[in-house]
Amino acid sequence: MRSVTSTLLQRGNTMLDEMTNTRSMDREVVAFRVAGQDFCIDIMSVREIRGWTETTILPHAQRYVKGVINLRGSVVPVVDLSERLGLGQIEPGPRHVIIITVIGSQTVGLLAEVVSDILTVNDNTMQPVPEIASESARAYISGVVVAEEKMIRKIDLARVLPTSGKEAA
Amino acid sequence: MSLVISDDFRDSFFQECEDLLEAMNDGFRLMADDQHEMETVHAVFRAVHSIKGGAGAFGLDALVDFAHHFETALDKLRSGKLELDDDVMSLFQRCGDHLADLVVAARDGAEPAADVSAQLHTDLEEIIGTPRDEGTEAPDFMPLGLDMDLSLPSMSLPGQRSFVIEFEAFPELFRSGNEPALLFRTLSRLGTLSVEAETDKIPALDALDGAQPHVTWRLTLETESSEGEIAEVFEFVEGLCRLEITEMDAPELPIEAGPLPTLEELTGGAPTLEEIVETEDAPAKTARAAKPGAAKPENASKAAGATIRVDLERVDKLINLVGELVIKEAMLSQSINQMGLPSESDVSVGLESLKQLAGEIQEGVMAIRAQPVKPMFQRMSRIVREAGTATGKRVRLITQGEHTEVDKTVIERLVDPLTHMIRNAVDHGLETPEDRRAAGKPEEGTVILSAAHRSGRVMIDISDDGAGINRPKVRKLAEEKGLISPDAELSPAEIDNLLFLPGFSSKDEVSALSGRGVGLDVARSEVQALGGRVSITSTPGEGTTFSISLPLTLAVLEGMVFDVAGQTMVVPITAIQETLQPKTAEIQPIGQDGRVVVNRDKLVPIVDLGEVFGFRRAPESLDNHVLLLVETDNNRRCALIVDGIQDQRQVVIKSLESNYGHVQGIAAATILGDGRIALIIDPDGIIRDAGGHAVGDFHFAATG
Repeated sequence: MRSVTSTLLQRGNTMLDEMTNTRSMDREVVAFRVAGQDFCIDIMSVREIRGWTETTILPHAQRYVKGVINLRGSVVPVVDLSERLGLGQIEPGPRHVIIITVIGSQTVGLLAEVVSDILTVNDNTMQPVPEIASESARAYISGVVVAEEKMIRKIDLARVLPTSGKEAA
Repeated sequence: MSLVISDDFRDSFFQECEDLLEAMNDGFRLMADDQHEMETVHAVFRAVHSIKGGAGAFGLDALVDFAHHFETALDKLRSGKLELDDDVMSLFQRCGDHLADLVVAARDGAEPAADVSAQLHTDLEEIIGTPRDEGTEAPDFMPLGLDMDLSLPSMSLPGQRSFVIEFEAFPELFRSGNEPALLFRTLSRLGTLSVEAETDKIPALDALDGAQPHVTWRLTLETESSEGEIAEVFEFVEGLCRLEITEMDAPELPIEAGPLPTLEELTGGAPTLEEIVETEDAPAKTARAAKPGAAKPENASKAAGATIRVDLERVDKLINLVGELVIKEAMLSQSINQMGLPSESDVSVGLESLKQLAGEIQEGVMAIRAQPVKPMFQRMSRIVREAGTATGKRVRLITQGEHTEVDKTVIERLVDPLTHMIRNAVDHGLETPEDRRAAGKPEEGTVILSAAHRSGRVMIDISDDGAGINRPKVRKLAEEKGLISPDAELSPAEIDNLLFLPGFSSKDEVSALSGRGVGLDVARSEVQALGGRVSITSTPGEGTTFSISLPLTLAVLEGMVFDVAGQTMVVPITAIQETLQPKTAEIQPIGQDGRVVVNRDKLVPIVDLGEVFGFRRAPESLDNHVLLLVETDNNRRCALIVDGIQDQRQVVIKSLESNYGHVQGIAAATILGDGRIALIIDPDGIIRDAGGHAVGDFHFAATG
């Protein structure tokens, strides 16, 4: 009886490994530029990409919160990634884009200079953030991957989002 | 028949329980007001009985047991064996409360409070006299299963009357889970019963429709009971059957009945009840199988199909979609306006009717969420009773306008503050019976809870006929607590409003009931969170009234759209008292950079919205600006500097919280005709914010 169970368990684990492996092998990411640097986020958390529209300014907000926009009836805050990462504020213009991302139940737009590509990256090639990077950059970056001769930083979305207005106020 | 009952049925039982408890409470209120008729008592009895029946089907023993004792006492009342006095009434109300508790406990799978059940049971027995033998009467509704015991007494006594009962069941009777055999069994307890089934109408087997009953019955009953008591047996199937009860006059109806001894013979000759039940069993079962969920006695008088239960999520989705529609419509009409089409063009006319339709749809959808305040008011009558018992005061709650409809969310979130204010009215508002007598008032205090629609808002008033607010005492207390300075000059209304200050408790000693440190300020902020306001009026010796004014819905509001520092914003129209032109208004500087405007002989502090929100420094000259005079609950007023007023219109309220969070001074957001987002300001929050400087000179500096 026990041997049967353990065999089943083993088989289950192997299957699970295979499944996670295949998924991690081919992860698609959206790559974009902010303040001259390349970043990426998992494509599964991107809902859409739209051009810059004027935001409605939120009082008492952190500097990196550009305001809110109307996304088909919902109120969505826009985060200036450059400011959030400590790379200076973006003066947004018509060429800038807003990447609408969804994390959990929260929808947030990320302000970027340009979306460059959709890349397939292998999780095994993902490297930890070099120790020399600044503290603020490391806080929001979960890893680094080299693709097409560029170093692309993977953003830890959950940390970039404004967690609550209270924190921001 | 399997007794595995799915959760759906369980849920619908508890939903029905809510309705039944409501009916019961309705009845109790009429009874307490001495306005009841016999039918009221019957209705209460039916409600309790139906709960018992349903609970039996789900095996909720504690509930069944208590409902059974309760029902027994109610039965005494309706048969006139029990006099309805104040004590009985109060016991019944406590029983009703406990029954509601048991229903909740059963629903949540919690442990029922057995000690309360036992106590009330003892009290009930005291009232109805001798305790009943537990064993003799098990709950007379069971899901299914008949054990018929027809040991009919065969003696015909003088003083007995004979009745012929014609009974024909409609299909609905079976569908609602009723069973003629059970009715006949009950009837047989009244006297000597003989049953005759008329089977002529049963069609041939191939033409038999199993869902249609084909058998009619003719019953003969010899009893000491009256015709009314016989009819009572059938009260649950009222409207579900054809029933004719005729009293037989022996000499006049020889064909049917004959003299009494003959009846005895008839009884012997007629098929026994069991046999008939056997005959009828097949169609009855078919009917029941068609809708097993209805296996509980339905209150026949309840109009079926008049209401439907809809998942709240579906309604909310619909409301969101309609909100989008309205926004889209506004955007469309704005772009069409920009095209400069003549106003009589087909497009403009079509757009206008579209606009109207969209508005009507919105109103209709909002109405779905609207609920009468009645259930909430009923909960309050319980609070009043409990508060009265705890404080040793006799209190009577009068409710008015309980059919007033308010948004469901508003009702739900109003329960806590209302509970607090009701307790407050009983505990602090009303005097002790001795004091009332001394003041020449009836010992029983009155609390009036009323609801009404008034100019697009809902007003809920809580009035007591107590002593009114003891203003000197309130003032003294506030001074002692350092809430006001001793030399502050306060109008009576301002003193009354001190009650809303955090940490204020006017009772000499903190009572267990309403003085728990959390005071009226908490109740008020809960109401404010709903976009409501609380005000207070009091007349010494006559009583105090708390008035809550609430928006009808949380989904739209009437707002004034204005510009400030390049941003478009909205202020709820209800907060605006008036708009002023600074050019003509009298503006005085106060302190370093404070300013006040004189309005109606009062000094109103001026606050620049642009500065409050950090958009700009306050402008030096106000000549090109407009002042919005806003007022908050405790009559605090404040003039907001804005750059210009655009429009007054209905705006759809959108949450900022879901994707971002709360912003100080901002109530919510909305979407304008051009698709941009505008923030809806929260005047209370702004005044609180600005309290540091500009408003600081005001009387209530301590509220901060």
